[in-house]
Amino acid sequence: MSASRPRPPRDPDALKRATALLAAALLLWPLLIVAEFRPGVLLDPANLRLMRDFLAAFFPPALQPDFVALLARATVETLAIATAGTAIAMLIAMPLAFVVTDALSVSRIGPGPGRAAGRALRGAMRAIMAALRSVPEVVWALLLVRAFGLGPAAGVLAIGVTYGGMLAKVYAEILESGDTRPARSLLEAGSGRVAAFFYGLLPGAAQELASYTVYRWECGLRAAVVMGLVGAGGLGQLLDQSIKMLNGGEVATTLAVFLVLVLAADALSAALRRLLA
Amino acid sequence: MSPGAKGWLAAALALAAAWASFRYLSIDLGQLFNAESGRQLAQYAARFFPPETSADYLRQIARGAVETLAVSALGTLLAMAAGLALALLASGRFGAPARMAVRLVLNFLRSVPELVWGALMVLAAGLGPFAGTLALGLHTTGVLGRLFAEALENAPPEPAQALAGAGSPAGLAFLYGTLPLVTPQLVSYSLYRWEMNVRMAAVLGFVGAGGLGQMLYYELSLLREARACTVIIAMLALVILIDAASAWLRRRL
Repeated sequence: MSASRPRPPRDPDALKRATALLAAALLLWPLLIVAEFRPGVLLDPANLRLMRDFLAAFFPPALQPDFVALLARATVETLAIATAGTAIAMLIAMPLAFVVTDALSVSRIGPGPGRAAGRALRGAMRAIMAALRSVPEVVWALLLVRAFGLGPAAGVLAIGVTYGGMLAKVYAEILESGDTRPARSLLEAGSGRVAAFFYGLLPGAAQELASYTVYRWECGLRAAVVMGLVGAGGLGQLLDQSIKMLNGGEVATTLAVFLVLVLAADALSAALRRLLA
Repeated sequence: MSPGAKGWLAAALALAAAWASFRYLSIDLGQLFNAESGRQLAQYAARFFPPETSADYLRQIARGAVETLAVSALGTLLAMAAGLALALLASGRFGAPARMAVRLVLNFLRSVPELVWGALMVLAAGLGPFAGTLALGLHTTGVLGRLFAEALENAPPEPAQALAGAGSPAGLAFLYGTLPLVTPQLVSYSLYRWEMNVRMAAVLGFVGAGGLGQMLYYELSLLREARACTVIIAMLALVILIDAASAWLRRRL
């Protein structure tokens, strides 16, 4: 029966595919060595026993009144870190964006005397913004924990610094992407930059600016939890302590609270942005 | 409510929330940034300069950077494999119950941040880069699994149907009818995640998962700020390099 069926033709790409596979394997090999890729350690009896006991302790989750009180305080602290951090980020970002944005550049309207100075100032400010946001917030947190000690202050400042750089860039772009003609005609008629901003730019851009800030607050909440792992307070610090003490029940409860918090923040941020739109 | 009143209300609420937050954390910005603490901060910052550049230390840095790179690449590769396998289930190819269950798993994997996975994996696999690889793999599986599932669901079904109709088994119909259509998209998603994972791999070391992050944590703990500064510069350089490489690869695909 089967002999009567024509043999399927050979894969025309077989040689190319085999070569690509071989090249990939050769490239992969050193990576596996460098990353100490040894799946065997997962099955090591001592590790297995540790993990089994740890995971078994996840159930039941810790619900003792004093731990729940601690958890509630840490949750509020995380929310406060994200909010205070975003507030500082706005304080840093608003003046930077005001200086940097091309939409308020007097010197760009025509070749005036201040053109070179304006360009130099903008370049310097842009460099500062890039430096602030290119160091990850967890690195800032680690550095600031060394400067300010364990606790929420380092987390607040880390979010403020990193998100300050990000918000400044995005604020400036939002101001440039909208209708810039009202501000331009105000500037051309001789109004100051501040007045041109408030009467020419802000009315058109306010919604988008607020909406992006709310989104950053949501990101800040997630970052606040993660930064706790390096000692910057809140839920993350609690989680870190529970993991280090191998207290599975506490880890389970904290993780559950974290997931609910992130979902709630998602929903709140979406609702706020709809309200603003 | 008029738009203007809505704006003032929103601004007032935001101000109240910020004020309450600073009060709750008992952070006094005036005290944080007075002349005395400013001088201390400046002193602390000055200790980072100049960065350590001895040849011996730069060799260590290079080793750390390669380790970070390996962790990010392997984590992403693991996630690509696991993500594709789970995406087959999550795109509903094996029935609705499997689809729901796997989507739930993917959501969970994605919602737990990489650093939390890292702290957990250090328990399971011990200190070192392997824990970081697993942590990145787990989180990225959640992300890629969902993106891959969506790509599979949106792929046109006709080529695979034609192959199946001509008598090809379901597996081969998928391999030759569907996979080639979605491959560019899958690779592009994976490259994008790889870029993010290089950033993450660089900081995963803070919880003991190897690479540049572990070096930074270690040097800061020993109060060797000049060396820490070199590590931070290396992190930034690595990220810039990988972004450029990934952009180049993406253009060629």
